Parts: sequence; C-alpha cells; structure tokens
Amino acid sequence: MADVQKPSLENGKEKKNVFLVACKAVGHFLTSIGKSIGSFLKKLGLKIGRAFKNLWQIFVDGSIGTKLSFFFCGSGNLYHKQFFKGFLYLIFQIAFILFMVLCPEINNTPYGWKALRNLALMGNPESYVIFRPGELPIKVEKDDSKLLLLFGLVTIAVVILYIIVWFSNIKSSYKSDQDVKAGRKPTSFKQDMSSLLDNRFHFMMLTPTAIAALIFTVIPTIFMICMAFTTYNDFDMNAALDPYYKNLFHWNGLTNFLDIFEGSTTLGREIGARFFPVLGWTMVWAVFATFTCYFGGILLAILINKKGIRFKKVFRTVFILTIAIPQFISLLAMRNILSGQGPVNQILQNLGWIDSAIGFLGNNTSGDNPYLAKFMVILINMWLGIPYTMLMTSGILMNIPSDLYEAARVDGATKTKMLFKITFPYIIFVTTPYLISSFIGNINSFNTIFLLTGGGPNVVGGTYVAGETDLLVTWLYKLTITNGEYNTGAVIGIFTFLITATITLITYRRSKAYKEEDTFQ
Amino acid sequence: MMQSKKKFNGFHLTQRANNILSRTLSYLGLVMLSLVWIIPILWIVLSAFRTETNVDGDLIGIVVSNYFPTKLGFDNFINLFTNSFYGVKGAFPMWMLNTLIVAVVSCVVSTFLVLSVAYCMSKLRFKMRKAWMNLTMILGLFPGFMSMIAVYFLLKSIGLAGNTAESAYLNILGLILAYSAGAGMGFQVAKGFFDVLPTSLVESAKLDGCSNFRIFLKIILPMSKPIIIYTALMSFTGPWMDFIFAKVIIGQGAPECWTVSVGLYSLLFGPQSDANLFTQFAAGCVCIGIPIVGLFMFLQKYYVEGVTAGAVKG
Repeated sequence: MADVQKPSLENGKEKKNVFLVACKAVGHFLTSIGKSIGSFLKKLGLKIGRAFKNLWQIFVDGSIGTKLSFFFCGSGNLYHKQFFKGFLYLIFQIAFILFMVLCPEINNTPYGWKALRNLALMGNPESYVIFRPGELPIKVEKDDSKLLLLFGLVTIAVVILYIIVWFSNIKSSYKSDQDVKAGRKPTSFKQDMSSLLDNRFHFMMLTPTAIAALIFTVIPTIFMICMAFTTYNDFDMNAALDPYYKNLFHWNGLTNFLDIFEGSTTLGREIGARFFPVLGWTMVWAVFATFTCYFGGILLAILINKKGIRFKKVFRTVFILTIAIPQFISLLAMRNILSGQGPVNQILQNLGWIDSAIGFLGNNTSGDNPYLAKFMVILINMWLGIPYTMLMTSGILMNIPSDLYEAARVDGATKTKMLFKITFPYIIFVTTPYLISSFIGNINSFNTIFLLTGGGPNVVGGTYVAGETDLLVTWLYKLTITNGEYNTGAVIGIFTFLITATITLITYRRSKAYKEEDTFQ
Repeated sequence: MMQSKKKFNGFHLTQRANNILSRTLSYLGLVMLSLVWIIPILWIVLSAFRTETNVDGDLIGIVVSNYFPTKLGFDNFINLFTNSFYGVKGAFPMWMLNTLIVAVVSCVVSTFLVLSVAYCMSKLRFKMRKAWMNLTMILGLFPGFMSMIAVYFLLKSIGLAGNTAESAYLNILGLILAYSAGAGMGFQVAKGFFDVLPTSLVESAKLDGCSNFRIFLKIILPMSKPIIIYTALMSFTGPWMDFIFAKVIIGQGAPECWTVSVGLYSLLFGPQSDANLFTQFAAGCVCIGIPIVGLFMFLQKYYVEGVTAGAVKG
C-alpha cells in the first residue's frame, strides 16, 4: 500500500513544485515589468527635468541672439550672421504659426488649432452645435469624425515636429555662441551641409524614413488605438435619424472594453463568449504553425544536404517554387483543390470512397468538422512554410563547424545522437530571433486563414461571432470590414498587441542575439 | 588509414549496405515530398490550359472530376486578355500594367530606404539608435491590418484613394506611397547583413578621412551586392504577391486601378465572381507566376543569402 502511495505523493509534490515555480516565474515577470516601467518613467522624468534645466542654463548663459531665439526661431543664427540657416528656421516658425492660426481645410475639415479642439470634442462646433442638442443647427455641413480624429492627430504630430525644430534652433544658436567664445568662426551653411554627409549622415539618411513612418505607420497606429475609445461603428452611426450624425462618433472612454468583460450588450456578450476560444486557437495555431514549419524545414534541409544525395539543386528548386509563387495564388489554389467541387472531393467520390463531399476547409457549410479544418490549415501552412525554413537552415547547416561532428564520431556518438545533440541545438541557437519573429508573424497571419477558410466553419450564435478557424486578426477584419464595428475591432487589435508584446518582451529580451548585439561586429 | 579499414572490414560492409538503404529511403522520401509540393502547382497550370466544355457549350470552370484535362488550348488566356471584367474592357492587361508600375517604382524607393536605414542602424552609432530600433519593433507588433484602414482614410483625405476611373492613376500613386513608406521599417534583414561586414574596414577608412557618405558609397555598397539584389527582389515581388493591403487601399476604387492580386481575387470572390471563371483565374496566375518564379530562380543565390542573413539576426 505504502509502495503504491509513495510515487503518487512524490508526483503531487513535483506538480506542486512546478506550479509554484510557474507562479514565481509569472510573479517575477510581472514585478520586473513593473520595475522596468517604473525605472523608465523615472529616467524619462529625470531626462525631461534635465532638459528644462539645460534650457534654462542656455537662456541664462546665451547671447542676446540665443535669448531671442527662444521666441523667434533663427534669430540666434541671424545674430551670428548664419543667414541661410536663420531664415530657414524663421520661415519654419512662420509656416507653423500660419498653419495653427489659419487652419487650412481639406474636405471641410480644418487643421491647426481647430483640429485640436475638434479632436477633443469629436465634432466641429462651427458646422453644428453638437454639445447643445435641441438647438437649431446654424450651418449644417456633414462632418466626418474619422477625418476630425485623423487631422487632430496630424496636427499633434506637426506640433511635436515644431518643438523638435525649436529645440534644434536654440541648440544651434548656443553652439555658435560657444564657437564665438572659443574664438572660432560659427559654422557656415556649407559646413553644415557637408556635416550631413559625415558626422550627421544618419540624420540625412533617416529623415525620409522617419517622416514616412510617422505619416504611414505611427499616426495610423495611434488612430487605430484611439478608435477603441470611441463609439465608431456603422450600426449606431447609420441608425442616427439626423443625416448630420451619420458620420459622427464621439469618445466613450473604456465602455467598449467594459462591454466585452461585462457582456452588457449583445455585441459585448457575443464577443466576450468567443474571445477566449479564439485566443486559444490563435495560440495553438501559432505554436503548431511555427514549430511544424521550423522542424519540418530543418529535417528537409538535412535530407537534401545529406552526403551522397545527388540532384540537390533540382530538389531545392522544386521546393523554392512554393516560395516564388505569390502566396494568394497558392492559397486560393489549395482552397479550390479541396473545395466541395474540387478535384480531391470529385476523385474520392468517383472512386466511391465517400458519398458526399468533405468540407476539408469548412468554408462550404457550417456543419463541417472544425478539427478537420484546423488540421488542414496547419497542414497547408506546412506546405507553404517548410521550403522557407529549408532554404534558411541549408546555409546554417554548412556553417556548423565540422570538428564538432568529428569529435562526436570519435566519442562513438550515433547519427541520431549527433542530430539531437549538435545539429538541432546549433540551428536553434542561431535562429532564435527568427523563431520569435515567425511566432509573432503567425499570430498575425492574416493571409493563410483568410484565403483558405475565411474563418469557417461558422459558429452558430450571433452576428459577431468568429468562425472556428478565425484568428484574432481575421476576426478583427470581419468585425471592421464586414460588420463595420470599428471600435470593437480596435479593442481586439489592442488585445492582440498586448499578447504579442508580452511574448516578445519575455523571449526577445532574453535572447543572446539581442543582448550581445555588438559582439559579432 | 588502410590499417583501420582492414581492422573494421566487417563493420564497413554492413555500413555500406546501411548507407545504400538510407540513401534509397532518402531519395524515395525526397521524390514523394517533391510530388506533394508539385501536384497543387501543376493543377493550377493544367487548369489554365484546359478547354473542356460543359453541357451548355461554355468553358468549364472549377467543376471537374479529372485531374488531367482531356482538351488543352489557349482559350482561357485569350478570354482573360480580351474579356471585360467589372465593365472594364481589357481589364487584366491593365491590372498587369498597374502592378508593374507599382512594383518598379516602389522597388527603387524601398531599396534606397531599406539600405540607408539598415546601414545607419548597423554601422553608425548615434543618440536615438536604440530607441528607433525598439520603436520599430513595437510598431511591428500591432496587427498591420488595423493601421491599413487609417492609411486608407489618410490617402483618401488627400485625394489619393477611392477615386473614380478618370483619376485612377491617383489611386495607384497612393498605393505606391503606402508601399514605399512602410519599407524603411523592414530593415532587419539588411542590417543583419551589414552587421557581418567587418567594422575594421569602416574604421580604417574613417582614419583616412573618409566621410560616412563616401564610406557607404565606396566601401559598403560595392560589398553588398547580394543584399541589394535581395532587397530589390523582395520589394519588386511584394506588390505582385500582396493581397490584403492592396485590397484595403485600392479595392474600393475603380477597377481600372486594381493590381493583379485584387483583380484575380475578384474573379473568384466578389460581386461579379463566378465559379466558371476559375480556369481564367488559373490562366492569370500562370501569367504572373511565370515571370516571378523565373526571377526567383534567376536570382536564387542572392535570395538564399538574404534569407540566411535574416535568419541569424531576425
């Protein structure tokens, strides 16, 4: 009796230990996040404080030109007879003031200070007194809250840009002061230009990308985050009787988030009920999609690069075909091959093996087997992804130092042992960053699911529910494009970000490639 | 050497038999896998050329029971190029031309942006470097799809999206802008390549009084042919392969401004889609597949080098 109980007891102890360790790890992670956020804020505060102190110092120390440049950009440079630079700063400041005061309009939507006011109100009081309902409209023009939000963000970006230029104007003037004090001549415009090609080369090279990224990536991302805190959805907006309200939404704080957690609305209830299943499947998908392709690719690479195998190039070319063919083509081809009328079902039916078409990908009827669809999606993803890892690891395989194998052979290691003790560890060590980024890529893998199954088989139970194979991203697509629920879609988007960010923070920051970035150089 | 062979003679024999067995199995496995990889592709190619007719005398589409077609011909290609889709005559050649324009322009711009950012991140050290890299990483974690909608509104507000047929070129310009603007964020692969280039070269050039610009132009660029070709290849094939971004940005505009992927998708799924168009869809796939695959095969060496550089540094 005692003998039987003993191992189970030990097992229990072990389980408890594992549980404890896991708790500790999570706790440690959370405290470390808290600490790092705290230290970040502290650093930021110190930095800002120091910047202001420096600024004050400059104001006290600086020449009259520098003092003036706090109010009139470029006056410091003009004072030091750097006319070209000075006028550039001055023109920039004038342009900025004109932009803010005159409020240029596009599509009846103003920029400038009005854009900031509209951003706060999410309505344009000049075209309609939205915050005083019951009052007759003075001037009815159809405002578009999307544009109000967007232009508000653009204006904020312009203000930030102005502050940066203002800082650089003061700094430049102060530098000229120092030059004069030391008995040097202030740098001429020509010298400044040539420094752009040398010391400040990065400035010249990165500026176009920075501006492009600001307009096409940063502002859109912030726009998307903002949408989660508004009432922006087509359903409510189209329900408005007054045509004026059809394009208007307003801020509503955390309501969208609370709706999902409390299930107080139909939408919130349906989404709340499906959220964790979808999240679970997204994780399962990401794990399987990443690791099947990864290890499948390594095995294939080992197989092709095996000693004595001929026609290596032919085989490699065959597999590269799938990479070279545009993904939407191969995915749609797969979808049609496996569809109800496609050749696989037809041939199986002709052979008499099955009576009716199998919904492999579950996009025909809602009664299809969800597990089959999930399995097929992962399988087809292997078809797409293995060649890529194969190519990548082929190069790495050749770089494994051969003396490692020699030593192992002398010690009498078998081939399987060498595979698990040398080849895999080496490749995994080298490709960890790739593994992480491909995991994140799979969480956000829109094309594969959208083009293969469209999220099917469908789940019965409402308008907003995700299908069985829907990932968070494809659900987000359905919510926004199909249902017009932009705000709820944005909430899902933020959740997706939080998940991917957590995973990346945990893994990427610990990886050697990140910590020892400079060691290879 | 001879001695050891003699000593383990018996062992060698069995090992040889073992080797032959394992080699045969490997070949068998490789051939089987190759078939698995080729069959779907071959099916698309065959579908493009099949010209069987159905009961009504029309060309059949998706509904086929045999893998190998019984009648072959070029009818699908002729139909694809001459038929009008979505009320646009000669829509498919137009889509091809659009995609080519977008691909060429965004290839040039993106390659420049990617290389310059990658060089700065890899070989130069400046104040905002780490912050920039972290910001790029964080932005990459957001589901790109959501910001696409905002990009669409942004382009629309300046008149570069959602235009009608008369100014369809403006939509294409908007798409080019959107593709090129995002390119600078994808510098990691090229950075991985530059990281491996010896820094000592850069340093000695600097001691000789070379400016950073000249170092980039005269030392780094001539050494980075593989990564230049890889980046150009990726950004050229991007517009041919991308579907969802193009659909969001130009999908709502006139069919005259679509790219091939949006157009071909609309043949299968969309307001005027038709299962019978499947063979024409396949013909379209072959039309864009062949040049792209050819390009990949031709530049395979560089592609592999780029992929390996990207793997190591993620």
